[in-house]
Amino acid sequence: MSLENFIQRATSEWMKVKGPQSDIVFSSRVRIARNLTELPFPMMAGTSQGEKVVKTIEKAWKKIKKHQPILQSAELIRMENLTDLEKRVLVEKHLISPSLAEDSRHGAAIISHDESLSIMINEEDHLRIQVLYPGLQLEKAWELASSIDNLLEKELSFAFDDQVGYMTNCPTNVGTGIRASVMVHLPALAMTQQLNRLIPAIMQVGLAVRGIYGEGSEALGQLYQVSNQVTLGQSEEEIIENLIGVVLQMIEHEQSARTRLTSISIIQLEDRVYRSLGILAYSRIMDSKEAMKRLSDVRLGIDLGMIQDVGSNVMNELMVMIQPGFLQQYAGERLNPEERDIQRADLIRERLRMEKQTD
Amino acid sequence: MLCPECGKRPATIHYKKVVNGQKTEYHLCELCAQEKGEQMPGFDHGFSFHHLLSGLLNFEPITQMGNPQDDASHSPQVLRCPSCGLTYNQFSKIGRFGCSDCYSTFQQWLDPLMRKVHGNTKHNGKVPERARGKIRMRHDLEKLKEQLHRKIHEEAFEEAAQIRDQIRALQRQLETE
Repeated sequence: MSLENFIQRATSEWMKVKGPQSDIVFSSRVRIARNLTELPFPMMAGTSQGEKVVKTIEKAWKKIKKHQPILQSAELIRMENLTDLEKRVLVEKHLISPSLAEDSRHGAAIISHDESLSIMINEEDHLRIQVLYPGLQLEKAWELASSIDNLLEKELSFAFDDQVGYMTNCPTNVGTGIRASVMVHLPALAMTQQLNRLIPAIMQVGLAVRGIYGEGSEALGQLYQVSNQVTLGQSEEEIIENLIGVVLQMIEHEQSARTRLTSISIIQLEDRVYRSLGILAYSRIMDSKEAMKRLSDVRLGIDLGMIQDVGSNVMNELMVMIQPGFLQQYAGERLNPEERDIQRADLIRERLRMEKQTD
Repeated sequence: MLCPECGKRPATIHYKKVVNGQKTEYHLCELCAQEKGEQMPGFDHGFSFHHLLSGLLNFEPITQMGNPQDDASHSPQVLRCPSCGLTYNQFSKIGRFGCSDCYSTFQQWLDPLMRKVHGNTKHNGKVPERARGKIRMRHDLEKLKEQLHRKIHEEAFEEAAQIRDQIRALQRQLETE
């Protein structure tokens, strides 16, 4: 497969469009958890019950899809029909969760053609409706997720209680069942050592800050995921407003840190950015940690206007494509970690060369 | 000191094990401790949010050393969800519900749990269309019952009979929904 074709397939349609505030906010995501009445949650479900959940949801989706173009274009994928590598690629694109890929029985996902909508079936809960948008667009993401929820609700009976709201497998999702999150790039705050103060402050207002691959992952490439923790007692709109309010403040802090950095140590910053670009353009072996760090530097250089001949979308693409699943898919074979590091360096060099040619 | 198991990493986990009165001291690094986890109570699951929950709930401490029958005998709640079969013991250990009926089975722990996790016990967000109808019907039902009492009290039996019919119709509707 040529690199161009591979990029076409590797990057979701939604990623190719620039969203609001996209120099700092890479993406917005809203996920809502729903369960069917009458059937036990996936954790307690027997084989026939797990299958029944998939069948019931598939039937409902087929009935409602004419009302919503995004559902019309979607496809239902069963985890048992995918290879480990294919599942890994879906995880790396954030279309399914690692636990759906690895642990689910009768796991499936309905994924829209542009990959902005994904409905996971038989993850922790019977349904997880997820919408991903570029930039800061949480309200829009919630609108779409909620409208899909409304359509599904016409065909399905969701477990709901006046007191606790939507009932979920884990008590941390009960009530609204909503998890709203944004992925932010905070290199200047990291360089100026301000994150150590900022992150605890954010946690104090009931939000969680994590590395990009969710729970327990470290922040690679200065990318952080900020999300709500509380799902009960507040309305969905309040939860989203609260999160947006905090994210806007983070953006402001990051911007002023960027301005300060360029005014007091522009030559050091330029050196760091161009050094990273040089390493990306010429290295032969690169592990993912270093790659993410270098890509983060270059992305900052692009956002600050230091580098003009590389598009910011190239950095977004590469951050997705240098992950192990993608690298192996591109190579068309299984690779051990050493081979992956070589493949990663090759892919980055090739992609940057392509960018130069199209100038 | 280095972990004697792998000889590479520092030993950070220290514990004593008593088997038949024989006391043995262990010093392991985290990784080796995890690998040995099968035989050691308390190390076997790694640490996650769900292990915090049993602490939050002041559940009985979970020991895997004791014999399960002993556990049941000094646990006052030998509860099991009639729908999915999740036991109180499992619920307290994993901190998750097995089905929507577990919420009523384990009702007595619900409020404190929700207050600790969310600082709140009452849902304040979206209500599904279906439930909206039900909530309204339940509300109407309560009102009609009040009216019925009033009419009977006023000895307006003809009107009372009409209201009784309305109540029956609503109850039937609620049951079939």
